[in-house]
Amino acid sequence: MSNQTPLYDKHVVMGAKMVDFGGWDMPLRYGSQIEEHHQVRQDAGMFDVSHMSVVDFTGSRVREMFRKVFANNVDRLKTPGKALYTCMLNEEGGVIDDLIIYYMTEDWFRIVFNASTHDKDLAWVNKYAPDFDVAIIEPPKMAMIAVQGPNARARACEVFDEPLRSAAEALAPFTAVKVEDTFVSRTGYTGEDGFEIILPGSKVNDLWRALYGVGVKPIGLGARDSLRLEAGMNLYGTDMDETISPLEAGLTWTVAWDPEGRDFVGRSALEKSRAKGVENKFVGLILQDKGVLRGHQKVIVNGHETGEITSGGFSPTLEKSIAFARVPVSAGEECKVEIRGKQLDAQIVKLPFVRNGKAVK
Amino acid sequence: MSEVPENLKYAKSHEWVLIDGDTATVGITEHAQDLLGDLVFIELPDVGTTLEAGTECAVVESVKAASDVFCPMSGEVTEVNEDLVDAPETVNSSPYDGGWLFKMTISNAAEANDLFDPETYSGLAADDH
Repeated sequence: MSNQTPLYDKHVVMGAKMVDFGGWDMPLRYGSQIEEHHQVRQDAGMFDVSHMSVVDFTGSRVREMFRKVFANNVDRLKTPGKALYTCMLNEEGGVIDDLIIYYMTEDWFRIVFNASTHDKDLAWVNKYAPDFDVAIIEPPKMAMIAVQGPNARARACEVFDEPLRSAAEALAPFTAVKVEDTFVSRTGYTGEDGFEIILPGSKVNDLWRALYGVGVKPIGLGARDSLRLEAGMNLYGTDMDETISPLEAGLTWTVAWDPEGRDFVGRSALEKSRAKGVENKFVGLILQDKGVLRGHQKVIVNGHETGEITSGGFSPTLEKSIAFARVPVSAGEECKVEIRGKQLDAQIVKLPFVRNGKAVK
Repeated sequence: MSEVPENLKYAKSHEWVLIDGDTATVGITEHAQDLLGDLVFIELPDVGTTLEAGTECAVVESVKAASDVFCPMSGEVTEVNEDLVDAPETVNSSPYDGGWLFKMTISNAAEANDLFDPETYSGLAADDH
Protein backbone atom coordinates (compact mmCIF):
# COMPACT_ATOMS: atom_id res chain seq x y z
CA MET A 1 0.00 0.00 0.00
CA SER A 2 1.45 3.26 -1.20
CA ASN A 3 1.61 6.39 0.95
CA GLN A 4 -0.49 9.32 -0.16
CA THR A 5 0.07 12.99 0.60
CA PRO A 6 -2.82 15.23 1.78
CA LEU A 7 -2.94 16.60 -1.80
CA TYR A 8 -3.53 13.21 -3.42
CA ASP A 9 -7.18 13.89 -4.31
CA LYS A 10 -6.22 17.24 -5.87
CA HIS A 11 -3.70 15.52 -8.15
CA VAL A 12 -6.26 12.96 -9.28
CA VAL A 13 -8.92 15.61 -9.93
CA MET A 14 -6.38 17.65 -11.91
CA GLY A 15 -5.78 14.64 -14.15
CA ALA A 16 -2.27 13.79 -13.01
CA LYS A 17 -0.57 10.59 -14.09
CA MET A 18 0.42 9.10 -10.75
CA VAL A 19 3.60 7.07 -10.19
CA ASP A 20 5.27 5.36 -7.28
CA PHE A 21 8.20 7.38 -5.93
CA GLY A 22 10.00 5.97 -2.91
CA GLY A 23 6.81 4.30 -1.66
CA TRP A 24 4.64 7.37 -2.33
CA ASP A 25 1.93 7.77 -4.93
CA MET A 26 3.03 11.03 -6.58
CA PRO A 27 2.04 13.06 -9.67
CA LEU A 28 4.40 12.46 -12.61
CA ARG A 29 2.77 15.10 -14.81
CA TYR A 30 -0.61 16.77 -15.18
CA GLY A 31 -0.35 17.40 -18.94
CA SER A 32 2.76 18.02 -21.01
CA GLN A 33 5.92 17.62 -18.95
CA ILE A 34 7.82 19.98 -21.25
CA GLU A 35 5.19 22.70 -20.78
CA GLU A 36 5.39 22.22 -17.01
CA HIS A 37 9.17 22.61 -17.22
CA HIS A 38 8.88 25.89 -19.14
CA GLN A 39 6.19 27.10 -16.74
CA VAL A 40 8.72 26.94 -13.89
CA ARG A 41 11.59 28.46 -15.91
CA GLN A 42 9.45 31.32 -17.21
CA ASP A 43 6.76 31.99 -14.60
CA ALA A 44 5.81 29.97 -11.51
CA GLY A 45 4.91 26.38 -10.72
CA MET A 46 4.12 24.39 -7.58
CA PHE A 47 5.18 20.91 -6.55
CA ASP A 48 3.68 18.69 -3.89
CA VAL A 49 6.77 17.56 -2.00
CA SER A 50 4.93 16.37 1.09
CA HIS A 51 6.63 12.99 0.74
CA MET A 52 9.89 14.49 1.98
CA SER A 53 10.85 13.93 5.62
CA VAL A 54 10.69 16.92 7.94
CA VAL A 55 12.55 16.22 11.19
CA ASP A 56 13.20 18.51 14.14
CA PHE A 57 16.26 18.21 16.38
CA THR A 58 16.05 19.85 19.79
CA GLY A 59 18.35 20.19 22.77
CA SER A 60 21.29 22.31 23.81
CA ARG A 61 23.85 20.09 22.04
CA VAL A 62 22.32 19.71 18.54
CA ARG A 63 25.14 21.70 16.96
CA GLU A 64 27.69 19.46 18.62
CA MET A 65 25.92 16.35 17.28
CA PHE A 66 25.75 17.82 13.77
CA ARG A 67 29.50 18.57 13.78
CA LYS A 68 29.94 14.83 14.15
CA VAL A 69 27.22 13.52 11.84
CA PHE A 70 27.44 15.79 8.77
CA ALA A 71 30.23 16.31 6.22
CA ASN A 72 29.47 20.00 5.82
CA ASN A 73 30.20 22.11 8.88
CA VAL A 74 27.16 23.22 10.86
CA ASP A 75 29.30 26.06 12.22
CA ARG A 76 28.84 27.74 8.84
CA LEU A 77 25.34 28.45 10.20
CA LYS A 78 25.84 31.60 12.24
CA THR A 79 22.55 33.43 11.83
CA PRO A 80 19.20 31.93 12.87
CA GLY A 81 17.14 31.03 9.80
CA LYS A 82 20.17 30.14 7.69
CA ALA A 83 20.20 26.88 5.71
CA LEU A 84 23.03 24.50 4.80
CA TYR A 85 23.17 21.69 2.23
CA THR A 86 25.17 18.67 3.33
CA CYS A 87 25.73 14.96 2.92
CA MET A 88 25.36 12.46 5.74
CA LEU A 89 28.12 9.87 5.30
CA ASN A 90 28.78 6.38 6.57
CA GLU A 91 32.19 5.42 7.99
CA GLU A 92 33.36 4.37 4.50
CA GLY A 93 32.61 7.87 3.16
CA GLY A 94 29.56 6.74 1.18
CA VAL A 95 26.49 8.97 1.09
CA ILE A 96 23.57 7.87 3.30
CA ASP A 97 21.55 10.89 2.20
CA ASP A 98 21.83 14.51 1.13
CA LEU A 99 19.74 17.04 3.03
CA ILE A 100 19.21 20.61 4.13
CA ILE A 101 19.75 21.76 7.70
CA TYR A 102 17.87 24.85 8.89
CA TYR A 103 19.29 26.60 11.95
CA MET A 104 16.29 28.10 13.72
CA THR A 105 17.50 28.59 17.31
CA GLU A 106 20.48 27.21 19.19
CA ASP A 107 18.32 24.42 20.56
CA TRP A 108 16.15 23.81 17.47
CA PHE A 109 17.41 22.76 14.05
CA ARG A 110 15.14 21.42 11.31
CA ILE A 111 16.25 18.96 8.63
CA VAL A 112 14.51 17.97 5.42
CA PHE A 113 15.63 14.52 4.28
CA ASN A 114 14.71 12.62 1.13
CA ALA A 115 11.54 10.49 1.12
CA SER A 116 12.91 7.13 0.03
CA THR A 117 15.70 7.19 2.64
CA HIS A 118 13.43 8.05 5.58
CA ASP A 119 13.84 4.88 7.65
CA LYS A 120 17.61 4.51 7.36
CA ASP A 121 18.13 8.27 7.94
CA LEU A 122 16.11 8.19 11.15
CA ALA A 123 17.87 5.04 12.33
CA TRP A 124 21.24 6.66 11.66
CA VAL A 125 20.61 9.96 13.48
CA ASN A 126 18.92 8.14 16.36
CA LYS A 127 22.13 6.19 16.87
CA TYR A 128 24.02 9.42 17.61
CA ALA A 129 21.32 11.45 19.39
CA PRO A 130 21.56 9.90 22.89
CA ASP A 131 25.27 10.82 23.17
CA PHE A 132 24.31 14.46 22.77
CA ASP A 133 20.97 14.41 24.63
CA VAL A 134 19.26 15.43 21.41
CA ALA A 135 15.54 14.78 20.93
CA ILE A 136 14.45 13.87 17.41
CA ILE A 137 10.86 14.68 16.58
CA GLU A 138 8.95 14.19 13.35
CA PRO A 139 6.11 16.69 13.37
CA PRO A 140 3.08 14.56 12.45
CA LYS A 141 0.90 15.06 9.37
CA MET A 142 2.96 17.78 7.76
CA ALA A 143 2.76 18.77 4.12
CA MET A 144 5.18 20.64 1.89
CA ILE A 145 4.75 22.66 -1.30
CA ALA A 146 7.63 24.01 -3.36
CA VAL A 147 6.74 27.14 -5.34
CA GLN A 148 9.42 27.79 -7.95
CA GLY A 149 10.08 30.16 -10.83
CA PRO A 150 10.94 33.81 -11.48
CA ASN A 151 7.46 34.91 -10.31
CA ALA A 152 7.09 32.32 -7.56
CA ARG A 153 7.88 34.49 -4.55
CA ALA A 154 5.65 37.33 -5.66
CA ARG A 155 2.73 34.96 -6.28
CA ALA A 156 3.20 33.16 -2.97
CA CYS A 157 3.33 36.47 -1.11
CA GLU A 158 0.01 37.41 -2.74
CA VAL A 159 -1.68 34.51 -0.96
CA PHE A 160 0.15 34.75 2.37
CA ASP A 161 -1.56 36.66 5.17
CA GLU A 162 0.33 39.03 7.44
CA PRO A 163 2.60 38.63 9.32
CA LEU A 164 3.76 35.66 7.20
CA ARG A 165 3.80 37.78 4.04
CA SER A 166 6.28 40.35 5.35
CA ALA A 167 8.45 37.65 6.88
CA ALA A 168 8.54 35.68 3.61
CA GLU A 169 9.17 38.79 1.51
CA ALA A 170 12.18 39.60 3.69
CA LEU A 171 13.84 36.18 3.29
CA ALA A 172 17.33 36.17 1.78
CA PRO A 173 18.34 33.21 -0.43
CA PHE A 174 18.85 30.00 1.53
CA THR A 175 17.14 31.20 4.69
CA ALA A 176 13.94 30.20 6.45
CA VAL A 177 11.39 31.60 8.84
CA LYS A 178 8.56 30.12 10.85
CA VAL A 179 5.42 32.15 11.46
CA GLU A 180 2.79 30.43 13.57
CA ASP A 181 2.39 26.96 12.03
CA THR A 182 3.93 27.76 8.63
CA PHE A 183 7.61 27.32 7.83
CA VAL A 184 8.85 29.07 4.69
CA SER A 185 12.34 28.77 3.20
CA ARG A 186 13.83 30.42 0.14
CA THR A 187 15.19 27.16 -1.22
CA GLY A 188 14.36 24.74 -4.00
CA TYR A 189 15.41 22.07 -6.42
CA THR A 190 14.96 23.74 -9.81
CA GLY A 191 17.68 26.38 -10.20
CA GLU A 192 15.00 29.07 -9.95
CA ASP A 193 14.10 31.41 -7.13
CA GLY A 194 11.18 30.41 -4.93
CA PHE A 195 9.96 29.06 -1.62
CA GLU A 196 9.50 25.70 0.01
CA ILE A 197 6.58 25.85 2.42
CA ILE A 198 6.06 23.37 5.24
CA LEU A 199 2.67 23.49 6.97
CA PRO A 200 0.10 21.24 8.64
CA GLY A 201 -1.47 18.77 6.22
CA SER A 202 -4.90 20.07 7.25
CA LYS A 203 -4.08 23.46 5.70
CA VAL A 204 -2.23 22.45 2.56
CA ASN A 205 -5.29 22.08 0.32
CA ASP A 206 -6.27 25.70 0.98
CA LEU A 207 -2.76 26.90 0.14
CA TRP A 208 -2.66 24.79 -3.07
CA ARG A 209 -6.03 26.22 -4.15
CA ALA A 210 -4.98 29.78 -3.35
CA LEU A 211 -1.72 29.44 -5.30
CA TYR A 212 -3.61 27.95 -8.23
CA GLY A 213 -5.95 30.93 -8.03
CA VAL A 214 -3.09 33.37 -8.60
CA GLY A 215 -1.77 31.48 -11.62
CA VAL A 216 0.75 29.08 -10.08
CA LYS A 217 0.43 25.85 -12.09
CA PRO A 218 0.88 22.35 -10.65
CA ILE A 219 4.10 20.61 -11.77
CA GLY A 220 4.84 16.90 -11.57
CA LEU A 221 7.91 14.92 -10.62
CA GLY A 222 8.84 14.51 -14.30
CA ALA A 223 9.53 18.22 -14.75
CA ARG A 224 11.07 18.34 -11.28
CA ASP A 225 13.67 15.89 -12.57
CA SER A 226 14.45 17.77 -15.81
CA LEU A 227 14.61 21.07 -13.88
CA ARG A 228 17.06 19.76 -11.30
CA LEU A 229 19.11 18.11 -14.04
CA GLU A 230 19.46 21.41 -15.92
CA ALA A 231 20.29 23.11 -12.62
CA GLY A 232 23.11 20.63 -11.93
CA MET A 233 21.53 19.30 -8.73
CA ASN A 234 22.17 15.73 -7.65
CA LEU A 235 19.44 13.16 -7.07
CA TYR A 236 20.04 10.75 -4.22
CA GLY A 237 20.01 7.09 -5.22
CA THR A 238 20.86 7.90 -8.84
CA ASP A 239 23.86 10.23 -8.75
CA MET A 240 25.20 9.02 -5.43
CA ASP A 241 24.44 6.39 -2.81
CA GLU A 242 26.10 4.56 0.09
CA THR A 243 28.83 3.18 -2.16
CA ILE A 244 29.77 6.55 -3.70
CA SER A 245 31.85 9.23 -2.00
CA PRO A 246 30.81 12.88 -2.34
CA LEU A 247 34.26 13.42 -3.92
CA GLU A 248 33.10 11.38 -6.95
CA ALA A 249 29.59 12.82 -7.05
CA GLY A 250 30.40 16.48 -7.67
CA LEU A 251 29.81 17.24 -3.99
CA THR A 252 33.36 17.99 -2.83
CA TRP A 253 32.22 21.59 -2.25
CA THR A 254 29.89 20.33 0.49
CA VAL A 255 32.68 18.65 2.45
CA ALA A 256 34.12 21.01 5.07
CA TRP A 257 37.74 19.92 5.67
CA ASP A 258 38.36 22.86 8.02
CA PRO A 259 38.82 22.82 10.90
CA GLU A 260 41.10 19.80 10.61
CA GLY A 261 40.19 18.62 14.07
CA ARG A 262 36.47 18.14 13.28
CA ASP A 263 36.16 14.36 13.19
CA PHE A 264 32.92 13.93 11.23
CA VAL A 265 31.69 10.48 10.28
CA GLY A 266 33.37 9.41 7.03
CA ARG A 267 36.21 11.92 7.31
CA SER A 268 39.07 9.42 7.58
CA ALA A 269 37.78 7.46 4.57
CA LEU A 270 37.49 10.66 2.49
CA GLU A 271 40.98 11.78 3.52
CA LYS A 272 42.42 8.44 2.47
CA SER A 273 40.83 8.60 -0.95
CA ARG A 274 41.87 12.23 -1.35
CA ALA A 275 45.49 11.36 -0.48
CA LYS A 276 45.46 8.43 -2.91
CA GLY A 277 43.91 10.59 -5.63
CA VAL A 278 40.26 10.48 -6.59
CA GLU A 279 39.82 8.36 -9.75
CA ASN A 280 36.64 9.85 -11.18
CA LYS A 281 35.13 13.25 -11.68
CA PHE A 282 31.48 14.19 -11.95
CA VAL A 283 30.69 16.17 -15.09
CA GLY A 284 27.90 17.36 -17.32
CA LEU A 285 27.37 15.95 -20.81
CA ILE A 286 25.61 17.57 -23.75
CA LEU A 287 24.77 15.17 -26.56
CA GLN A 288 25.85 16.57 -29.95
CA ASP A 289 24.02 13.95 -32.00
CA LYS A 290 20.30 13.25 -31.88
CA GLY A 291 19.16 10.86 -29.15
CA VAL A 292 18.54 10.84 -25.42
CA LEU A 293 21.13 10.30 -22.69
CA ARG A 294 19.85 8.07 -19.89
CA GLY A 295 21.19 6.71 -16.60
CA HIS A 296 23.62 3.75 -16.85
CA GLN A 297 24.68 4.39 -20.44
CA LYS A 298 28.40 3.79 -21.01
CA VAL A 299 30.66 6.81 -21.57
CA ILE A 300 33.93 6.37 -23.46
CA VAL A 301 36.73 8.89 -22.92
CA ASN A 302 40.23 9.05 -24.45
CA GLY A 303 39.20 6.28 -26.83
CA HIS A 304 39.24 3.43 -24.32
CA GLU A 305 38.55 4.49 -20.72
CA THR A 306 34.99 4.16 -19.52
CA GLY A 307 32.61 6.04 -17.30
CA GLU A 308 28.88 5.96 -16.72
CA ILE A 309 25.92 8.30 -16.95
CA THR A 310 24.25 8.64 -13.56
CA SER A 311 21.19 10.59 -14.73
CA GLY A 312 20.19 11.94 -18.08
CA GLY A 313 17.29 13.18 -20.11
CA PHE A 314 16.06 15.85 -22.45
CA SER A 315 16.64 19.49 -21.57
CA PRO A 316 13.64 21.58 -22.66
CA THR A 317 15.67 24.79 -22.17
CA LEU A 318 18.64 23.68 -24.30
CA GLU A 319 16.50 21.50 -26.59
CA LYS A 320 19.25 18.91 -26.40
CA SER A 321 19.86 15.85 -24.33
CA ILE A 322 21.95 16.39 -21.20
CA ALA A 323 23.31 14.17 -18.44
CA PHE A 324 25.51 13.84 -15.39
CA ALA A 325 28.30 11.29 -15.68
CA ARG A 326 31.09 9.86 -13.57
CA VAL A 327 34.17 9.67 -15.79
CA PRO A 328 37.93 9.14 -15.27
CA VAL A 329 39.66 12.38 -14.14
CA SER A 330 41.76 12.31 -17.34
CA ALA A 331 38.67 13.03 -19.49
CA GLY A 332 38.93 16.15 -21.63
CA GLU A 333 36.16 18.05 -23.38
CA GLU A 334 34.75 15.31 -25.57
CA CYS A 335 33.49 11.79 -25.15
CA LYS A 336 31.34 9.12 -26.76
CA VAL A 337 28.19 7.67 -25.27
CA GLU A 338 27.01 4.21 -26.22
CA ILE A 339 23.30 4.15 -27.00
CA ARG A 340 21.78 0.92 -28.37
CA GLY A 341 25.13 -0.24 -29.75
CA LYS A 342 26.01 3.07 -31.42
CA GLN A 343 28.65 5.52 -30.20
CA LEU A 344 27.38 9.10 -30.23
CA ASP A 345 29.38 12.31 -29.67
CA ALA A 346 28.94 14.29 -26.48
CA GLN A 347 30.60 17.37 -25.05
CA ILE A 348 31.89 17.33 -21.46
CA VAL A 349 30.94 20.50 -19.59
CA LYS A 350 30.91 21.98 -16.11
CA LEU A 351 27.61 22.03 -14.23
CA PRO A 352 25.07 23.58 -14.14
CA PHE A 353 23.53 23.72 -17.61
CA VAL A 354 20.90 26.35 -16.72
CA ARG A 355 20.68 28.95 -13.97
CA ASN A 356 17.81 31.41 -13.42
CA GLY A 357 16.10 30.54 -16.68
CA LYS A 358 19.16 30.99 -18.90
CA ALA A 359 21.50 28.48 -20.53
CA VAL A 360 24.94 28.74 -18.91
CA LYS A 361 26.79 27.32 -21.96
CA MET B 1 -11.28 8.40 -24.07
CA SER B 2 -8.60 8.38 -26.71
CA GLU B 3 -9.27 8.42 -30.42
CA VAL B 4 -9.28 5.08 -32.30
CA PRO B 5 -9.96 5.61 -36.04
CA GLU B 6 -12.27 3.12 -37.73
CA ASN B 7 -10.15 2.56 -40.85
CA LEU B 8 -7.08 1.17 -39.05
CA LYS B 9 -5.97 -2.14 -37.56
CA TYR B 10 -4.23 -2.27 -34.18
CA ALA B 11 -1.56 -4.29 -32.38
CA LYS B 12 -1.67 -5.15 -28.69
CA SER B 13 1.58 -3.19 -28.24
CA HIS B 14 -0.27 0.02 -29.35
CA GLU B 15 0.79 0.37 -32.98
CA TRP B 16 -1.69 1.14 -35.76
CA VAL B 17 -1.47 0.08 -39.38
CA LEU B 18 -3.25 1.44 -42.42
CA ILE B 19 -3.44 -1.23 -45.12
CA ASP B 20 -3.82 -0.11 -48.74
CA GLY B 21 -3.38 -3.02 -51.16
CA ASP B 22 0.12 -4.40 -50.54
CA THR B 23 1.40 -1.31 -48.76
CA ALA B 24 0.99 -0.46 -45.10
CA THR B 25 1.60 2.70 -43.07
CA VAL B 26 2.61 2.22 -39.42
CA GLY B 27 2.37 4.51 -36.41
CA ILE B 28 1.64 4.48 -32.67
CA THR B 29 -1.80 5.11 -31.22
CA GLU B 30 -3.18 8.16 -29.46
CA HIS B 31 -3.29 6.06 -26.29
CA ALA B 32 0.38 5.08 -26.69
CA GLN B 33 1.56 8.67 -27.09
CA ASP B 34 -0.50 9.65 -24.06
CA LEU B 35 1.15 6.95 -21.93
CA LEU B 36 4.62 7.93 -23.15
CA GLY B 37 4.31 11.69 -22.69
CA ASP B 38 6.21 14.31 -24.70
CA LEU B 39 8.30 12.60 -27.37
CA VAL B 40 11.79 14.01 -27.86
CA PHE B 41 13.50 11.52 -30.17
CA ILE B 42 12.46 8.88 -32.68
CA GLU B 43 14.72 6.26 -34.23
CA LEU B 44 13.26 4.93 -37.48
CA PRO B 45 14.24 1.84 -39.48
CA ASP B 46 16.33 2.24 -42.64
CA VAL B 47 14.53 2.14 -45.97
CA GLY B 48 15.01 -1.32 -47.46
CA THR B 49 15.03 -3.12 -44.10
CA THR B 50 13.05 -6.35 -44.02
CA LEU B 51 10.94 -6.56 -40.89
CA GLU B 52 9.11 -9.47 -39.33
CA ALA B 53 5.78 -9.05 -37.60
CA GLY B 54 6.14 -8.68 -33.82
CA THR B 55 9.80 -7.62 -33.87
CA GLU B 56 11.32 -4.27 -32.85
CA CYS B 57 11.29 -1.82 -35.72
CA ALA B 58 11.69 1.64 -34.18
CA VAL B 59 12.36 3.39 -30.87
CA VAL B 60 10.33 6.27 -29.52
CA GLU B 61 11.88 8.23 -26.67
CA SER B 62 9.79 10.43 -24.45
CA VAL B 63 10.95 12.72 -21.66
CA LYS B 64 10.38 9.70 -19.43
CA ALA B 65 11.83 6.67 -21.21
CA ALA B 66 12.77 4.88 -24.43
CA SER B 67 10.17 2.44 -25.77
CA ASP B 68 10.37 -0.07 -28.58
CA VAL B 69 7.89 -0.01 -31.41
CA PHE B 70 6.98 -3.47 -32.72
CA CYS B 71 6.23 -4.06 -36.36
CA PRO B 72 2.57 -5.07 -36.76
CA MET B 73 3.19 -6.87 -40.08
CA SER B 74 6.05 -8.42 -42.05
CA GLY B 75 7.53 -6.70 -45.08
CA GLU B 76 10.08 -4.26 -46.42
CA VAL B 77 10.39 -0.62 -45.37
CA THR B 78 9.82 1.68 -48.37
CA GLU B 79 9.65 5.13 -46.78
CA VAL B 80 10.21 6.70 -43.36
CA ASN B 81 8.74 9.93 -41.98
CA GLU B 82 11.83 12.18 -42.08
CA ASP B 83 9.86 15.09 -40.57
CA LEU B 84 9.96 13.32 -37.21
CA VAL B 85 13.74 13.67 -36.98
CA ASP B 86 13.39 17.35 -36.14
CA ALA B 87 9.80 17.30 -34.89
CA PRO B 88 9.19 14.12 -32.86
CA GLU B 89 6.39 15.95 -31.02
CA THR B 90 4.26 15.54 -34.17
CA VAL B 91 3.56 12.00 -32.91
CA ASN B 92 1.99 13.55 -29.78
CA SER B 93 -0.08 16.11 -31.64
CA SER B 94 -1.04 14.00 -34.66
CA PRO B 95 -0.45 10.30 -34.01
CA TYR B 96 -2.65 9.08 -36.90
CA ASP B 97 -1.75 11.65 -39.51
CA GLY B 98 1.45 13.73 -39.50
CA GLY B 99 2.96 11.38 -36.91
CA TRP B 100 3.11 8.21 -39.05
CA LEU B 101 6.44 6.41 -38.63
CA PHE B 102 7.10 4.41 -41.82
CA LYS B 103 5.55 2.72 -44.85
CA MET B 104 6.20 -0.81 -45.96
CA THR B 105 5.38 -3.35 -48.66
CA ILE B 106 3.68 -6.18 -46.83
CA SER B 107 4.72 -9.74 -47.57
CA ASN B 108 1.84 -11.57 -45.89
CA ALA B 109 -1.56 -9.87 -46.07
CA ALA B 110 -3.09 -12.62 -43.90
CA GLU B 111 -1.23 -11.23 -40.87
CA ALA B 112 -3.86 -8.49 -40.79
CA ASN B 113 -6.23 -11.09 -39.35
CA ASP B 114 -4.04 -11.30 -36.23
CA LEU B 115 -4.49 -7.59 -35.56
CA PHE B 116 -7.32 -6.00 -33.56
CA ASP B 117 -10.23 -4.14 -35.02
CA PRO B 118 -10.90 -0.64 -33.62
CA GLU B 119 -13.58 -1.80 -31.21
CA THR B 120 -11.43 -4.51 -29.64
CA TYR B 121 -8.46 -2.18 -29.37
CA SER B 122 -10.59 0.53 -27.71
CA GLY B 123 -11.57 -1.94 -25.01
CA LEU B 124 -7.95 -2.92 -24.51
CA ALA B 125 -6.77 0.68 -24.26
CA ALA B 126 -9.54 1.55 -21.80
CA ASP B 127 -8.44 -1.24 -19.42
CA ASP B 128 -4.82 -0.21 -19.54
CA HIS B 129 -3.46 2.75 -17.64
